[in-house]
Amino acid sequence: MSSTLWSTPVSAMTESSDRLLPGRAVLTFVLPGLSQLMRGRIASGGFVLLLWLGFAWIPIMRWERVTGAISGPWDHQLALITWILGVTMILLWSFLQERREKTFHTISTRSQWSLAWRAFGKSKVAVASAMTVVVFYLVALLAPFLAPFDPAAQGSLLTERMLAPSLLHPLGTDQFARDVLSRALYGARISLTIGFVAVSISMTIGTLLGATSGFLGGKVDAVVMRFVDMVISFPRLVLLIAIIAFFEPSIFLIVAVLGLTQWPQPTRLVRGEVLSLREREFIQAGRALGFSRARLILRHIIPNTLVPVIVAATLGIGDTIVLEAGLSFLGLGVQPPTASWGTMVADGRDNLLGAWWISTFPGLAIVFIVLSFNLAGDGLRDALDPRLRS
Amino acid sequence: MPLLEIEDLRTYFSTDAGTVRAVDGVSFEVEEGETVGIVGESGCGKTVTSLSIMGLVPDPPGRVMTGSSIRLRGRELVGLGKNEIRRIRGNEIAIVFQEPLTSLNPVFTVGNQIHEALVLHRKLGRSDARRVAIELLKEVGIPEPDQRFSEYPHQLSGGMQQRVMIAMALSCEPDLLIADEPTTALDVTIQAQILELLADLKDRRGMAVLLITHDLGVIAEVCNRVLVMYAGQIVESGTVEEIFLRPQHPYTEGLLTSLPRISAAGARLRTIHGAVPDPASWPEGCRFASRCSHAWDRCMATMPLLLQSDGEGSGHSARCWLQDLPLSRKDQKGTRAPP
Repeated sequence: MSSTLWSTPVSAMTESSDRLLPGRAVLTFVLPGLSQLMRGRIASGGFVLLLWLGFAWIPIMRWERVTGAISGPWDHQLALITWILGVTMILLWSFLQERREKTFHTISTRSQWSLAWRAFGKSKVAVASAMTVVVFYLVALLAPFLAPFDPAAQGSLLTERMLAPSLLHPLGTDQFARDVLSRALYGARISLTIGFVAVSISMTIGTLLGATSGFLGGKVDAVVMRFVDMVISFPRLVLLIAIIAFFEPSIFLIVAVLGLTQWPQPTRLVRGEVLSLREREFIQAGRALGFSRARLILRHIIPNTLVPVIVAATLGIGDTIVLEAGLSFLGLGVQPPTASWGTMVADGRDNLLGAWWISTFPGLAIVFIVLSFNLAGDGLRDALDPRLRS
Repeated sequence: MPLLEIEDLRTYFSTDAGTVRAVDGVSFEVEEGETVGIVGESGCGKTVTSLSIMGLVPDPPGRVMTGSSIRLRGRELVGLGKNEIRRIRGNEIAIVFQEPLTSLNPVFTVGNQIHEALVLHRKLGRSDARRVAIELLKEVGIPEPDQRFSEYPHQLSGGMQQRVMIAMALSCEPDLLIADEPTTALDVTIQAQILELLADLKDRRGMAVLLITHDLGVIAEVCNRVLVMYAGQIVESGTVEEIFLRPQHPYTEGLLTSLPRISAAGARLRTIHGAVPDPASWPEGCRFASRCSHAWDRCMATMPLLLQSDGEGSGHSARCWLQDLPLSRKDQKGTRAPP
């Protein structure tokens, strides 16, 4: 059995074509990803294996929190659900991969999406970025299990202020004697949620408005586009600061404001697409079949604009995270003691020379996630546009 | 009562160059279960005629002028509200366009698209609609309809795509199918198959077909009656035999003589000289006069009427002053053999 397990990729492929070896079946459930790793699929196998080890680490090190999560606060319950779903998906993936490599010869007819998926997989940078994004989101969701300390809990202000990174506090402590790692993990939730939700709002508004405006044309189009021009011509940061200064800052306000000030760009993007789409013959054919305008817009136009919208959304999340961090840095975003990467950077700016770790690590987190979103977005665009596929 | 009656249809477009009278006083009828062909060169108004029937003329710039009348089973379609005309489209009249690939939505499977039309018009449930869609695919001669159902348009060949378009058009059991150059984008062997399919479906379902084409061969194959259009008007109409064997209008003759013929191998291909006049300013008289080798003073001065050629009561009519001069006409053209 062991010789089969540790055989080289080439021999593994020749041997495994007919039957699922019992050893490999067991391996699939104990260490998912390892079997793929051994076949030479280093990226996907290694990634899944690392994720699996991470998921396994949680109940081993944080057993009380996991069991307590069932009756715990909502974020602990959400973390538990994430953990269970994550484990299930990894096992399912591993199992399906095993099955697929057994039936090696099946060539199915490929849809547009599966072609794009393959093209995306060919770009190493894009895949690595997508993996980083996935890891960041998992970390954010699992933060209640992963964080060593309560992010708002202060230690002794006399002995535990601004401690340098150590084993107990891997990223050090800040000027209020709070653990930077815990705060960074919880801060990921704020930054990533705001990015995702705000972009979802703006993309939904932008797609619907742009598609309607472009499809109907005429007066509707003129009014919508002049309104877009007006909103765009207003400096966004000034607009944001004005709105937030007017109301009481809260996380819902930040999400709403970021979402509701970003729709003009996707509106323009979608409208441009729709102007060419609506002249296409399948829209004429749809009209000839008696489809209503609402049906044509929602069922026929919008699905055809999804590719640029997905790409713009991916790139937009990065922008929004930076913007949120900027607002929080200015004190207009998430209010203390809630941790967000922007507020953490602001917290550490007075002690940048003495205690560099307070600002640096959340700053690096922002850089990494934004870079990953941008690279993944570029990769998506290349993969989804057949003209850019090599 | 005829299925479709069109009377004095005028569809004008306002452009920078002035008002383009794309369809200018077209009248014809389509009986139940009949196949009528409209033939003519590019820009003669045959597609605009079909779009006018469907109520699909882009407005602005296009407009079906008042005084035009399109009656389906006696019901006036001109001036109907957007929602009313929409209920007729797809239900009672369906259309098949020239380019099958671009006429299908690229992001949905073909089954999905037929399914949608079925659910919308025939109010079928999901599983019923799927079953009917697969039956339709089978009816239009698509092999392995179960598999094709879940394939995307780009995975099918041109002929298969056109069959899917026909299946979509049939999904609501229309009384009239307008086929706008259905075979132009296809190669010759596939053309024949699609025409055969159309003829077959017409017989089986008893629907009327209005076939629009620039290809006289296609007309000869499937039509009962032919309308020859030139410069926004019908210049000659009659049965296939009348048009092909006894053409009365010089333009029809010109079309027939410009068909390449194997028996005339090596001979120079005959063409019609000149070009269609500017549609924004049609001439006063006969619109073909500038290209016609028989034109005389009267042709330049006054527009000929569409008159019956083979005496009272026959369906064969032509818009030409030469009909008043049967003798001179015989002298000049009596020798031409039918194609």
